[in-house]
Amino acid sequence: MKSQQKDYAQISKSNYKSYVFETSPKSSHWKNMIWAFLIGGLICVVGQLLIALFIKLGLDKEMSSTLASSVLVALAAITTGIGIYDRLGRFAGAGSTIPITGFSNAIVAPAIEFRSEGLIYGIGAKMFTVAGPVIVNGVSVAVIIALLTALFGG
Amino acid sequence: MAYMVNDSYDLPTINYVNCYILDGYSVAGPKERMGKLGEHYDLTVDNDKFGEDTFEKGERKMFATALQGAINKSGVSDSDINAIIGGDLLNQIVSTSFATRGYPIPYLGLYNACGTFVESLVVGAMLVDNYMQHVACVSGSHFSTAERQYRFPLELGVFRSPHSQWTATGAGCTILSNHSAHPCARITKATIGRVVDYGIKDINNMGAAMAPAACDTLLAHLNNTSTKPDDYDLIMTGDLGKLGGYIFGDLTSKKGVVLGDNYMDCGASMYYPEQRTYMGGSGAACSALVFNSMILNQLHNNEIKKMLLIGTGALMSPTTSFQGDSIPSIAHCIQVEYEEELWN
Amino acid sequence: MELALALLKAFVVGGLICVIGQLLIDYTHLTNGKILVIFLVAGAILQAFGLYEYLIKFAGAGASVPISGFGYALVKGAVESVKEMGPIGAFVGGLKATAIGISTAIVFGYAVALIFKPRTKEM
Repeated sequence: MKSQQKDYAQISKSNYKSYVFETSPKSSHWKNMIWAFLIGGLICVVGQLLIALFIKLGLDKEMSSTLASSVLVALAAITTGIGIYDRLGRFAGAGSTIPITGFSNAIVAPAIEFRSEGLIYGIGAKMFTVAGPVIVNGVSVAVIIALLTALFGG
Repeated sequence: MAYMVNDSYDLPTINYVNCYILDGYSVAGPKERMGKLGEHYDLTVDNDKFGEDTFEKGERKMFATALQGAINKSGVSDSDINAIIGGDLLNQIVSTSFATRGYPIPYLGLYNACGTFVESLVVGAMLVDNYMQHVACVSGSHFSTAERQYRFPLELGVFRSPHSQWTATGAGCTILSNHSAHPCARITKATIGRVVDYGIKDINNMGAAMAPAACDTLLAHLNNTSTKPDDYDLIMTGDLGKLGGYIFGDLTSKKGVVLGDNYMDCGASMYYPEQRTYMGGSGAACSALVFNSMILNQLHNNEIKKMLLIGTGALMSPTTSFQGDSIPSIAHCIQVEYEEELWN
Repeated sequence: MELALALLKAFVVGGLICVIGQLLIDYTHLTNGKILVIFLVAGAILQAFGLYEYLIKFAGAGASVPISGFGYALVKGAVESVKEMGPIGAFVGGLKATAIGISTAIVFGYAVALIFKPRTKEM
C-alpha cells in the first residue's frame, strides 16, 4: 500500500490496472515458499515412510507406491472432515495443494459442503467440481500420449 | 478491457422531504461479535447456522430476526409496514424473499451486490416520501453461503490472497417512515450511481474494482450539493476494505477532493487484524450492520449531525469471472441528517 | 541409513515441486483447480518422453506423491497397456493404474461427507 514506484498524477481507466497492481500489498514470497517447501516435503516424507513399510510387508515397489498414495488420500479425506486440512492450506499454499492429499481435499471438501443438497444432486453431482478437471484433463492427455506412442512405436 | 462510458454525463441528486429513520436492528455472526464493533450489535449469534441445519437457513433466520427486531424496536406493528424491500448476495436473493414469506406485506426484492442495503434505503426513502407510511429495508450477507457460491467449498485448503476480504455474516434492517413523533435522523438526499468498470478482473481484489464507482458517485453528490468532505461529520463507504478505501482516497484526491479523518469504511472497521480478514470485511452485511448499530446510535445521540453513506457493490458472478470478464461496480450515496432543532 | 537417504530425497524433491507451485500461485494468481491441472499435465508430458520415471526412481514418494506423479501414473499405465493389447489399451491402462487412488478418494469422500458437517472457517 505504500511503495508506489511511479507517481500517478492522473488515474484513468487506461492506467488503473497497473496502478492497482503497484498499490496492492504483495505476498511475502519467501515465507510462502518456505512453508510450501516444508509442508509439501513432509507430506512426501510420510509417503516415503509408508512405501518403506509396505515393502517391508512384502509388497513390490510399484504396489507399495500406489498403496502409499491411497493411504495419504484417505488420511487427507479424514483431516478434511475434521476441519484441519483447510487450515493447513491457509499458510502451506501449494505445499498442501500439489501433493495427492490436495487432490483428495479437493474431492472431499465439496462433498461435505453440498451434503445439504442430498446424496444425488449434492454429494454425487458436486464431488468433482474442483477435482473433476484433473481427471478429465489427465485421462484425455494420457490417452492421446499412449495413442501417439502406439502410432510411432514409442 | 475497461468499459468506456461517457463520464461527462452528470448524475442527478434526489431530494427527500419526509423520510425519517425510526430505528434499525442488527444481527451479527460470531466472528463479527469478536470484532471491533461487537458490543454495538443488537443481537449476536454464537453459531453461523443460528440453530438451523444449513447455513442458508441460518442466513434466512438472521434476515427474519433483523426484520422483526427493527419493527419491534421502532414501536410499530407488522400491519403498519406498507412494504418490505431488500436483497442479499445469494442467487435469486432467496434469503430476503424466504425471510419475507411469513409476512402479508408487499415486497420488492433488490440486487446490487454489497450495495443492496443502501439501494434499499434509496428506494425505501422514495416510497415513504410519496406513497407509504412505513417501509422496512433489510439486507445482509453470510460468509459460509457466499463463500461456496462465489468461491470455494469451506473445507478446501486454499491460499487466501493478501488483498482479499472476508464476507461479513449478519443482517440489518432499517424502518423508514414519512413522519415521526420523536426526534430521529432523516434521509435528505440520494445520488444513484451508475455501473463503472475500470477493467479489474481479480475477484480477490474487489475493493480496487469498486473504488472508481464510489469515487464517481461521491464526486457527483458533492458537486450537486455544492459541499466538500469537511461539511460532513462522517463519510462512510460500505465494503471497499483497507486497500479499496486507500485507493478511493487516492482517486478522489487526484480529482481535488481530499478526504479527512471523517472518512471510514464499514468493512475495514469491523475486525481486528488478528482475525486475519486481511483487507477487512465485505458483503452487504458490512453497511447494514455498521449503519444499523453504531452509526444510528451516534446519529440519535446527536454525535453525528450530517453524514454520507456510500454503498458499494461488485456486480460480477462466478460465470462472468470464469468467462474472463472484468468486474463492473456500483455505488449509491445517501445523505443522512439529524437536526435537533426540527423537534424543538 | 538407506531409509534416511530415501526420506531426505523425498523431502527435498517433493518440497521443491511444491515451491514451483507456490511461485505459480504467487505470481500468476491461478486458482487451485488450474494449478492441479498444470502439474498433472506436466507430469504426463514428462513421462511421455520417459523422463518422470527417472525422478520417481531417484526421489520415490517425493515424485510420486505430488499430483504430477498422478499424471505420470496415468501415462505410464496407458502406454504399458498399449504394449500389451494394442491401441485399445490407451483407453484402459491410465485409469486402471490410478484406480486405487481415485476410488479411495471417492469412497472416503462419500463417507466423510455423510459423517461430518461443513464448518465455517475461523480465519
